[in-house]
Amino acid sequence: MRERTFTPSRMLIYLVVSLVAAAYLVPLFVVVLNSLRSNEEIAQTSMIGWPQQWAFGNYLTAWSDFCVAQTCAGIRPYMLNSALVTIPATILSTLLGAVAGYAVSLWRFRGDQWIYGIVTLGIFLPQQMRLLPWTIVLRDTGLMDTLTGLVIIHTIQGLSFTTLFCRNYYVAIPPELIKAARVDGAGFFRIFWRIILPLSPPILVVTVIWQFTHIWNEFLYGVTFTTGQQQPVTAALIALSAAVADIPQHGVQSAAVMIAALPTLLIYLIGGKYFVRGLTAGAVK
Amino acid sequence: MSALTIRDVHKKFGATEVLKGIGLEIGQGEFTVLVGPSGCGKSTLLNIIAGLEQQSSGSVEIGGRVVNDVAPKDRDIAMVFQSYALYPSMTVRQNITFGMECRNVPKAEQEKALANVARLLQIEPLLGRKPSQLSGGQRQRVAMGRALVRDPLLFLFDEPLSNLDAKLRVEMRMEIKRLHQRIGATIVYVTHDQIEAMTMATRIAVMNQGEIQQFADPDTVYRYPANLFVARFMGSPPMNTVPARLEAADGGPVVVIGAGRPDEVRLRLSGYDAAASFVGREVVLGIRPECIAEGSRMFSNSAGAPIVINAPVEMVEPTGAETILLVRLGGESVLARVAPDVRPAPGAAAPFALDTRRICLFDPQTERLIA
Repeated sequence: MRERTFTPSRMLIYLVVSLVAAAYLVPLFVVVLNSLRSNEEIAQTSMIGWPQQWAFGNYLTAWSDFCVAQTCAGIRPYMLNSALVTIPATILSTLLGAVAGYAVSLWRFRGDQWIYGIVTLGIFLPQQMRLLPWTIVLRDTGLMDTLTGLVIIHTIQGLSFTTLFCRNYYVAIPPELIKAARVDGAGFFRIFWRIILPLSPPILVVTVIWQFTHIWNEFLYGVTFTTGQQQPVTAALIALSAAVADIPQHGVQSAAVMIAALPTLLIYLIGGKYFVRGLTAGAVK
Repeated sequence: MSALTIRDVHKKFGATEVLKGIGLEIGQGEFTVLVGPSGCGKSTLLNIIAGLEQQSSGSVEIGGRVVNDVAPKDRDIAMVFQSYALYPSMTVRQNITFGMECRNVPKAEQEKALANVARLLQIEPLLGRKPSQLSGGQRQRVAMGRALVRDPLLFLFDEPLSNLDAKLRVEMRMEIKRLHQRIGATIVYVTHDQIEAMTMATRIAVMNQGEIQQFADPDTVYRYPANLFVARFMGSPPMNTVPARLEAADGGPVVVIGAGRPDEVRLRLSGYDAAASFVGREVVLGIRPECIAEGSRMFSNSAGAPIVINAPVEMVEPTGAETILLVRLGGESVLARVAPDVRPAPGAAAPFALDTRRICLFDPQTERLIA
């Protein structure tokens, strides 16, 4: 272990790091403070300020009473929408990506590298480019303005990343393991289920965190393909800020933003250490 | 009935041909070792026998059945891998029974087979452990157990001992040989270690550059190497091969090393009738280091006193069990294997007994054995 001494260069490093961290955290700080101030207080003083009276009620209002568009049920139904989209889409895209990554890394078949290349190409396509094709697909399948439609979109688009993650993890598995299992009489899915999947928790945690965060925070598809009661919380937050033309409701809005951000924050706090570890796991082995 | 027949198997990876027409016929209960330097195609051949790779042409028969289009699991084979390939998340018990589980063998039968194998390999105390909790030697045993628990037509071993340390390797070598004698299984064993080949095989297939150089029992491979490659690959230290000339003389041909030099060595050969057509021509003389010994040595079954010549010693390498000498014979450097207490001074000449009955002659053009 190196001795901790505060040399000038070390001080400089700490200073720079602290400044960058502060710059990053200021908006969060403002939102947290505002979520604890009453609307009147914010209106009378300024957007930035310490709460004179703690207004915890903002959270309750944001959760269940606040009016979004024409309904006054808070953001609770939209949180539920987001969960109903994010949870299935995360599970499905992770599992399918694991199978796809296993197939392209540990099995040889005609065109395997092409398939892998095309699947991962999806990472580099801008989201806006995919709006029109998805519009056509959702229209023709009758899934426009449904949560199922969003689940399908996020599952399929997530495959690019999940396949990449899992494939890069699985290439480190010795191919002799597959050979041994084939001689033992196991087929493609049995080998996956009994041998590969039990080795996968580190990469599955990474993939789940990644997918959950992205799908939960996704906004463009939510606002484009769903309306009113069907919207995920990210889209609903916009409707919420648009509905306050007359009286500014910054306190409640801030509380709503905090609630909406909570799930991804929790996922990161619980799984963050796996995330950092998992991203480098392939390189170490 | 032959347990394994390979007919004219070719394998190409893109433009490179790694197997160039392999043919082998292996009988029931034989322990065949495929040996050769790395890149000679031996592991590819084993993978083709297992069905893990598809040959470009040619056929493979196991137990009289053509298996070219049969999946590995239906070929009735068991395989042991160099890295052992134990399933990391399963216990030893699960590793061994996984194959039976895939084949829907009833639980009671699985237990019986597991108990038998565990006893045979003395791994009973390890059954509940994970592979990561085992030593190299224990993993090796479990890998063998996974193969032995079935009763296949053919066992395939892919360099199973090369990850073990030297001492353990010798132990496991003996154990595998003992196992073979006990269960009488048909085994195809791949290794790059010629000592493993010599000690375990009933027959050795020496491979180089995608071709079988010689397929014979260990004694024949050692005593009559089919060509210079085999002569130089088998044996440690390998056979000395030096240019020489075959001359006619009364009472049989004479082979001359360093002809015309003041220190030329003339050795009379008897029983080398096959070399008659090479009299008066250049040959390559092969002589094993143990056929050049200290001057007082009597070779076994020798009719009379051996030929003794004086030759200068260049270098002395004591190994403990014996002493290896670098000796100049007719101007050519050769290795001699003498008794451990013989330590001639480097630079001085010493007497050497030569066992000329075991000399090999090779055609310098084709590199094939003449006699």
